[in-house]
Amino acid sequence: MKYYAEIINENGNIAVDDTILVKDYLSSAGSKILDGYKPLFSAEAVERLENKGYSISGKTNVGEFALDLVGEFSYYNDIKDGDTLKGAASELVKQGKVKAALGVDMNGATRRAAALSDVSFLKPTYGTVSRYGVISCAASGEQLGVYANSADDIAEIMSVIAGNDKKDGTSLPEISYTYNTNEDVNGKKVCIVKELFDKADENTKAKITAFADALKAQNVLVEEISIDIFEVANTAWQILMTAETCNNVSRYDGVKYGHRSENYKNIDELYVNSRTEGFNFLTKAVILYGSEMLSKSRYADCYDKALKVRRVVSDVMNTLFEKYDAILTPVCSKCEYTSYDIKDAFTKVFEESVFTAVPNLIGIPALSTNSVQLMSKAFCESTLLSLAKAVERKGE
Amino acid sequence: MNFELVIGLETHVELNTESKIFCSCGGHSSPKEPNDCVCPACCGMPGMLPVMNKRVVELAATAGLMLNCEINRYTTFDKKNYYYPDLPCAYQITQLNHPICVNGCVKVKTSNGERDIRIKQIHMEEDAGKLVHSSSSSFVDFNRTSVPLIEIVTQPDFRSAEEVVTYLGKLKSMFVSSGISECEEGAMRCDVNISVREEGAEEFGVRTEIKNMSSFEAIERAIKYEAQRHMDAIEFSTEELVQETRRFDDVSGKTFAMRNKETEADYRYFPDPNLMPIVIDDEWLEQIKANKPVALDEKAEEYLAQGISDKEIAMLLSEHKIAKLLDEVVALGCNAKDAAAWILTDCAGILRKAGLKLKDLSIKAESLSYLIKLVESSKLNRGAAKKALIAAIENGADIEKFVEDNGFLKEIDDSFIEAVIEKAIESNPQAVADYKAGKEKALMAIFGACMKELKGSGDPAVIRTKLAEKLNG
Ligand SMILES: [Zn+2]
Repeated sequence: MKYYAEIINENGNIAVDDTILVKDYLSSAGSKILDGYKPLFSAEAVERLENKGYSISGKTNVGEFALDLVGEFSYYNDIKDGDTLKGAASELVKQGKVKAALGVDMNGATRRAAALSDVSFLKPTYGTVSRYGVISCAASGEQLGVYANSADDIAEIMSVIAGNDKKDGTSLPEISYTYNTNEDVNGKKVCIVKELFDKADENTKAKITAFADALKAQNVLVEEISIDIFEVANTAWQILMTAETCNNVSRYDGVKYGHRSENYKNIDELYVNSRTEGFNFLTKAVILYGSEMLSKSRYADCYDKALKVRRVVSDVMNTLFEKYDAILTPVCSKCEYTSYDIKDAFTKVFEESVFTAVPNLIGIPALSTNSVQLMSKAFCESTLLSLAKAVERKGE
Repeated sequence: MNFELVIGLETHVELNTESKIFCSCGGHSSPKEPNDCVCPACCGMPGMLPVMNKRVVELAATAGLMLNCEINRYTTFDKKNYYYPDLPCAYQITQLNHPICVNGCVKVKTSNGERDIRIKQIHMEEDAGKLVHSSSSSFVDFNRTSVPLIEIVTQPDFRSAEEVVTYLGKLKSMFVSSGISECEEGAMRCDVNISVREEGAEEFGVRTEIKNMSSFEAIERAIKYEAQRHMDAIEFSTEELVQETRRFDDVSGKTFAMRNKETEADYRYFPDPNLMPIVIDDEWLEQIKANKPVALDEKAEEYLAQGISDKEIAMLLSEHKIAKLLDEVVALGCNAKDAAAWILTDCAGILRKAGLKLKDLSIKAESLSYLIKLVESSKLNRGAAKKALIAAIENGADIEKFVEDNGFLKEIDDSFIEAVIEKAIESNPQAVADYKAGKEKALMAIFGACMKELKGSGDPAVIRTKLAEKLNG
């Protein structure tokens, strides 16, 4: 597989997903519709890293607009039938080619990629990292996060990129974020959600059990609970995510930049043909689904209801976090995926995102580590990183 | 049959702000070239996020207060989706569910007496760009994208074209005088909803909408044409009226139905997740209220009471910025009548010579009041004060510094003036002799020498009297 869509600096130590802009370098979000697009500015996170002396190695391949499982449907990649699916950025981190990588977590692709490469990815609390310079799809839940091999490396990068940015209206007011990986985990409480655990295959279940055992060895209390909210939360997020994506990618129309069809006689044909040629099957499915969710006839029953579900889920989860410091779940149902037909992608991603949707829906942080996932209430990234580090230590 | 016209209005007004509504592009009110005032945000490039311009909220709320609206303390933005090449994101950011102002009212006085027109709501939104067509291709100019607008929506309360035009005229003078909008050509655009019913009927007739007109004259003609068309259709069954959107053709003076496609669009509105709800708290609202310009007629009376002339009042009311400057100078303790003369005669004259307009005056109220007070207390003469004004207006000089640097403000007590006069007499023996010999004009030479020495400070009348006393005594 091709890791880079564009190489910037062979010796760079940070890879950046193609959903994130780097000034003057091709930034296409894995899509033909943005073919040849060179942005006039870098993402705020990239800028902050460069200011601190980190250097960007290149733009890593992502699936078109990061809508797929782990990056298999990029216009710039060459995945063949029967290939095992891996994320580009997560693999570069795993192989030690870069210290860390930035990715945009919108529908779980980054967290799944980390799990399949056995590295970590932190999706931080919504609003802590600027989305300025992110090729935006689902504005209300996407968040820029970090891939790395250790909790400490994630903490190091997060402390550089987090913080208020006036260029992003959803950026939270300036708070100094500290990412501590050495919180005392002794006595912390973690729960395993039965409904999600049961959806995973045996190998994945074994990873969860092993992780739980490692936590217990550090005097973390681990118990199983039953809570039936993840399916409905996922449906709500898929409604919001597809609707927002449909709206955000509507600007890619062949008029201003990116791909323009050679075959048109009027403006309607320019729109239709450019977009038909520029988007892949999965993006088209998302556009159609999202457009339907916003239509007059569906809005009240779908989009508006999803917004209400978002508030309910947030309340339920906050109640749960009164009792537990973190929730332990699978990141995806399997430990290995092979390439498949794009026509099945929409359903496949929908099914897998039951594990990842809640953090996107309500903005809480989630850490994909050791091929399992930890979630906590907002701003408790340090707890997640400390739990992960406690398990790392045990492995040494 | 006697008919009654029922008209509702949607008026778009461009707000007078330094920068656009969601980005920091400025200069959009007078661009030099196409795509002169654009940035990645207002061109719809990926990665850019809208950032709310607070000034737009303040101006929209001020407009609402002037139209007696309630201000919604919680106001949100929605996205309106449609494809058109002049709309770079393929959506317009506007307000659907929580507009900033609701339930206003404005009085309109016509030959039929004074009537209340209810304002349903005022919402904020961004403008779209412009297409320029040549024979072979089309070009997009994004200078106007994201220019801030308010849309003022009335209830169907108008009963004549005259009322509509009077209302629009009132809005225009209100907004221009208060600085909310320049209301220049095309900066005020109207959609007119019109229906006709038999006098006394409860039910509304079939409603049509005439879109996007900017001249008052065209609006009046369009309403009259459309009303007649409706009346003919009802009375003589000339055609069947349908609810539709029409456009007015200026040349033929007729309205034409627009393609149905444009009227039946589903805009798929939804709340914009990139813009957090705006909360207007008590403190902010009080601030907006405090800065709200007084209604025109009240303001005029206030000026009249201060002894300002009608002509000056007219100038002040048509230039909000200048009226504000005057108010500030007066608040700093200057006499209103004098201050008005300084601004509208002296400054205006200097501006005219420099090829500038009154609204280009950018002297700070503090500087102007400093100057006026010096003159009032005879510490500085008018000529020197004018020199300072010229330097400030033509070269942007700092008035306080200019006065100081030129030594206009030498400590001038009586004994100092006394000494200067002595010295002038001593060093101009010929002129003294001439004066004593009856040549009145010779006094000017000695007086000039005094003034030169005083470098503009001191009251010339006083010095002249003292000099004459000395020579005569
Ligand atoms: Zn701009």
